Amino acid sequence: MPAGTRVRWAVVSATSVALVATGCGGNGGGSGGGSSDTSKTFTYQSSEPQNPLQPANANEVGGGRIVQNLFKGLADYDPSSGKLRMQAADKIDTSDAQTYNVTLKSGWTFHDGTAVTSKSFVDAWNWAASTKNNQINSSWFADIEGYADVHPASGNPTKDTMSGLTVQDDTHFTIKLSNKVSYFPYKLGYVAFSPLPEGFFKDPAGYGQKPVGNGPYEFVSWDHNSQVVTKTFANYQGVDKPKNGGVVFKMYTTAEAAYADLQSNNLDVMDQVPPSALANYKNDLGDRAIDAPQGGIQNVGFTLYQADWQGQDKAKVRQGLSMAIDRDTITKTVLQGSRKPATAWVAEGVEGYKSGTCGDFCTYNADKAKQLIQEGGGVPGNSIKITYNADGGHKEWVDAVCNSIRQATGVNCAGDPKTDFKTARAAITGHQINGLFRTGWVQDYPLNANFLADVYRTGAASNDTGYSSPEFDKLANEADQASSIQDTATGYQKAEEQLAIDMPAIPLWYYRTNSGFSTKVQNVTFDSFGNPAWTQVEVKG
Amino acid sequence: MGRFVARRLLQMIPVFLGTVTIIFFMTRMLPGDPAAAMWGDKAADPAQLAAFKHRMGLDVSIGRQYLNYMGDLLTGNFGETMAGRKVIDVIGEALPVTVRLALLAFVFELVVGVTIGLFSGLRRGKAFDKSALVLTLLLISIPVPVLGFIFQNVFAIQLKWITPTVQDSMNLGQLILPAVVLGSISLAYVARLTRTSIAENLKADYMRTAVAKGLPRRKVIGTHLLRNSMIPVVTFLGTDLGALMGGAIVTEGIFNVKGVGNALYHAINLNEGATVSGFVVVLVLVYLAASLIVDLLYAVLDPRIRYA
Repeated sequence: MPAGTRVRWAVVSATSVALVATGCGGNGGGSGGGSSDTSKTFTYQSSEPQNPLQPANANEVGGGRIVQNLFKGLADYDPSSGKLRMQAADKIDTSDAQTYNVTLKSGWTFHDGTAVTSKSFVDAWNWAASTKNNQINSSWFADIEGYADVHPASGNPTKDTMSGLTVQDDTHFTIKLSNKVSYFPYKLGYVAFSPLPEGFFKDPAGYGQKPVGNGPYEFVSWDHNSQVVTKTFANYQGVDKPKNGGVVFKMYTTAEAAYADLQSNNLDVMDQVPPSALANYKNDLGDRAIDAPQGGIQNVGFTLYQADWQGQDKAKVRQGLSMAIDRDTITKTVLQGSRKPATAWVAEGVEGYKSGTCGDFCTYNADKAKQLIQEGGGVPGNSIKITYNADGGHKEWVDAVCNSIRQATGVNCAGDPKTDFKTARAAITGHQINGLFRTGWVQDYPLNANFLADVYRTGAASNDTGYSSPEFDKLANEADQASSIQDTATGYQKAEEQLAIDMPAIPLWYYRTNSGFSTKVQNVTFDSFGNPAWTQVEVKG
Repeated sequence: MGRFVARRLLQMIPVFLGTVTIIFFMTRMLPGDPAAAMWGDKAADPAQLAAFKHRMGLDVSIGRQYLNYMGDLLTGNFGETMAGRKVIDVIGEALPVTVRLALLAFVFELVVGVTIGLFSGLRRGKAFDKSALVLTLLLISIPVPVLGFIFQNVFAIQLKWITPTVQDSMNLGQLILPAVVLGSISLAYVARLTRTSIAENLKADYMRTAVAKGLPRRKVIGTHLLRNSMIPVVTFLGTDLGALMGGAIVTEGIFNVKGVGNALYHAINLNEGATVSGFVVVLVLVYLAASLIVDLLYAVLDPRIRYA
């Protein structure tokens, strides 16, 4: 499911040396500890939203970041730990992982003064799930009973509401799912599950241009291609009360331009420093530089749907290839420390992350690599190609990976660049490639299930390798039935162990946030989504 | 003259329709599905994807889409972006910025370029001429991005005279630096063209006549020499204005200017055929108008040229 935005993805996939990431726990922090002025706004590097500012329509970074600040759902993720924390909800209870009883806190209002009630949530979700309202993230509601009525696989919706959503009273409603999903509350932290005010449904397009939400910041103006201005909402009831007067999202075309502005204090906080500045940004910015983990991973996937890569013997070949990649050296040199070598398929810092699941297979060992490849019957034709998009700065590391494989094992390896991101994606999803391809995953929510179920389960929407393992599916299904998030996470850790046996994709490294801030702000930390903890930023007085 | 203009205007119709048609099919032939691109790296939900395609009119044959597009175009409807904004609004935001930037760059290369060219041509082989040749050679050989980053670094980060990027794209003062960067290469060409042209025309018969008539030097150079020497320069400037209006993706990127180049770059990245074609339609009109004006200027500059 889409959690990252379109732009973010393009970037992830695309800009290798500088973007995306995982993990939680921002670091960074403040230079100095001077006084701050809670009425002052700060500027953040952004890009023009590609869709109207509606909560279920914000799947790309430009719009996503703005919508996250204007709206607040039942729960969100603590920026420092990545754990789920209650916001508009007082509690979300379940006894069977299928029916969830939601109790709302009282006192929450929208920016227009109307109360946030059970109906605000239920109406918003029904509206967003319906295919006729064209919300990009409409499939996020697929777990809810009655989803097929508003979102049929083809044809027009037969109903306007999902039978699984029932309003009890103003502060209580129930969510019934069509199957058990033990980690459903984690999904509720995603912005698509935000409430909408009554007025929205009369004029969705108008509200998409001038959104009215219930989040920490309220909308002031949207000057297309230039900036979106927000200010602190005085009646915000969330646990993260803003320590500043608002966020101004300033549109930049290039990271280079944003970095130049940051250095001269014309921009306060940025997204990711440009690749050209990676080597020097820590020197340039000193204690204003940020280097924090992100919930994203870069992989090389195999075309398991091709006969060449099927059979248990070939798993050995794949494990051997993984061992032939010197991750430590490549992340330090070619990637200039902007990545951290991966030891598992789940990114660092995510709930349920367990380091070392990949074990020796993710540790460079040329002799062992050669031996495994031989035992597995060798690489077809003793030659492989890694398909990637040429517009994202991936060439350098793909070449480095290929060199490493060639030197360690004697297998011929070459990059196979596709002109751009869309072309590469079309080739990957259309199964028009041979052997290996660059892939990756950025968390939708910081839970290991998201890195595993959505990518490696048989038939999952983003299962590009065609991996299908009865063992993995069985363990994942068991984990979904668990009674608590902890048990789910542990269950998925077991499923992840199966990936080490089958090696459907080689984990390479985790993304990091390499960013910085101006001298005008302090207390800037980044979460595992690569976003700053907006409300915690202090503007110096 | 009137008939000439009328004929040229009529000729524009097939040129216009042809370019729009070619661009329509070229943008639609780009690899990748523009609707699926809205989901980025994640898999698109098939039911929602179908609904999107229907809304965007992408669920009919390419021939049908073309007819729909041309029909809409004739009624002044440029279509919508994937995000549901009117393409004409997107153009309306970007074009005024680019017009300002392009005109600034144009004035800069015209005034500075012609001045340098004139004095170089008049003093061929002297110190001024030689240094002008070196300067223009330098400008031609430095790629625009390099010049942009040097200017940004020197004037903004070192000297702090200006902000590194344009904070308000509609502010003429802030656009001066990007305009200088943008106009610098053309400036070199304008200077060299003017210089050669001046140097050649100095030997022309009408010049000797003008001097022999005892006309003041100012008049000889201003009215006779410069005016006649401007023809190759005007030809170059006419096409250059079109190129400047087409947007300068690199310069706009360095200085964060929200013009046509920036908008086109985004539209191409997102595979938004309607937006790309919309901009191209406007640019074709600009080019056609610029080339017509250039042709008319020939007659003004050189009395020997007459249009029937």
